[in-house]
Amino acid sequence: MSGYQPTNGATGTGTTQAQPVVDERSRAVTYSCGDCDQEVQLKRGEPIRCRNCGHRVLYKQRTNRMVQFEAR
Amino acid sequence: MPVPSAEELTKRKRVEVGIETVSNQASTDFPGHWPGESHEWDIEHFEKKFDIRFHKYHPHDAEFSLVGIDTSVANAFRRIMLAEIPTLAIETVFINQNTSIVQDEVLAHRLGLIPLQGSKEGLDWMRWYHQPTEDDPGSGSPSDYNCVQLHLDVKCEWQEDGLKRVAQGETDPDRLYTGHNVYARDIVYTPTGKQHDIFDKEPIKPVHPQILIAKLRPKQEITLMMHAVKGVGQDHAKFSPVATASYRLLPTIDITKPIVGADAKKFARCFPRKVIALEEVTAQDVQEHPELKGQEGEAKAVVADPMSDTVSRECLRHAEFKAKVKLGRVRDHFIFRVESTGQRDSDELFLESVRLLKVKCQRIKRGLNEMMR
Repeated sequence: MSGYQPTNGATGTGTTQAQPVVDERSRAVTYSCGDCDQEVQLKRGEPIRCRNCGHRVLYKQRTNRMVQFEAR
Repeated sequence: MPVPSAEELTKRKRVEVGIETVSNQASTDFPGHWPGESHEWDIEHFEKKFDIRFHKYHPHDAEFSLVGIDTSVANAFRRIMLAEIPTLAIETVFINQNTSIVQDEVLAHRLGLIPLQGSKEGLDWMRWYHQPTEDDPGSGSPSDYNCVQLHLDVKCEWQEDGLKRVAQGETDPDRLYTGHNVYARDIVYTPTGKQHDIFDKEPIKPVHPQILIAKLRPKQEITLMMHAVKGVGQDHAKFSPVATASYRLLPTIDITKPIVGADAKKFARCFPRKVIALEEVTAQDVQEHPELKGQEGEAKAVVADPMSDTVSRECLRHAEFKAKVKLGRVRDHFIFRVESTGQRDSDELFLESVRLLKVKCQRIKRGLNEMMR
């Protein structure tokens, strides 16, 4: 069973244009709380803490990226 | 040319089953031929002796007999049914999201084994899908004539008041969640191109809607796309059109000396039900077998249905029956059992195996002609 990850076009290097810094900072990532299972949106620099219950363990969510498998 | 006696002919057709041995099971060096006799192939002779009988017929389960052919041919039909009749099955799975406890690889494997059905004309119309080769990675692009697209998109959620009920101690998943069981019927077929017309009336769908694919809990989801292609059983078992296709030889029970009275009842119990019937000893029996004198009217064991026998040899374990019965099998009576997985009917599968064997023979004939030129 072979997993196949399509290459992401955005990872190409050598671009001279600087990424907009503000955008990078404000991008929120969703985690799920290890205690109450609530979704937690975190931005860069924020304390790692659930807004609902205050639990400090958050789990990363699985990517939506497509993976190809042979049904064998 | 010498003609063998009738006794010799029946002996040739019997496989003898002893207490611990099976004898006369091997063919002659040239099957169907004996030294000094003419067994030249003759179509009229074959037509006269060959016979097909149907015993049971359901679309997914058929039982029939082929009488009067060689093992090699019967076995060829069986093997072709298992491994060489093309069917449609899920081959590639593109998983976008799978947060269930079933791992991606396992989920893909499970999906591959689900039997699919659809318009038979449409399935015949579909062509082979060729995997891209290493030399030419761009080749083998899936298209409407060789690939069927299916989707599975499910998510489990809490029922209304589900959280309340779980706090009250409710544990029944049916009363807590929605979409917690993913069944084969959740697979959605997406027709492409010409498939809109061809699979219009009978779209592609799983044969059994109740197959459980995975179990989910709230917030878990499965989002994936599948490609189903045509393949043959020798490539992977998921492509095999039959659950099993097997044959057995017709069992024979020869009662050489009459078994009467309490012995007859005991004898009948040595076999599966209805194989041995009990009849009354008649005056004619007494005339034929003088040792039965005075036992007229008592029960006598007769063979009623040898086909249902399992050839357990139980009767040979008892000293009183050992010399009175002979077990065996008919060498050229093949009882086929074909259980289709649902894409084609069982009888169609057998006819298809005959057609494929014919095609193979024509191919070898062409090759031989080519050699002789």
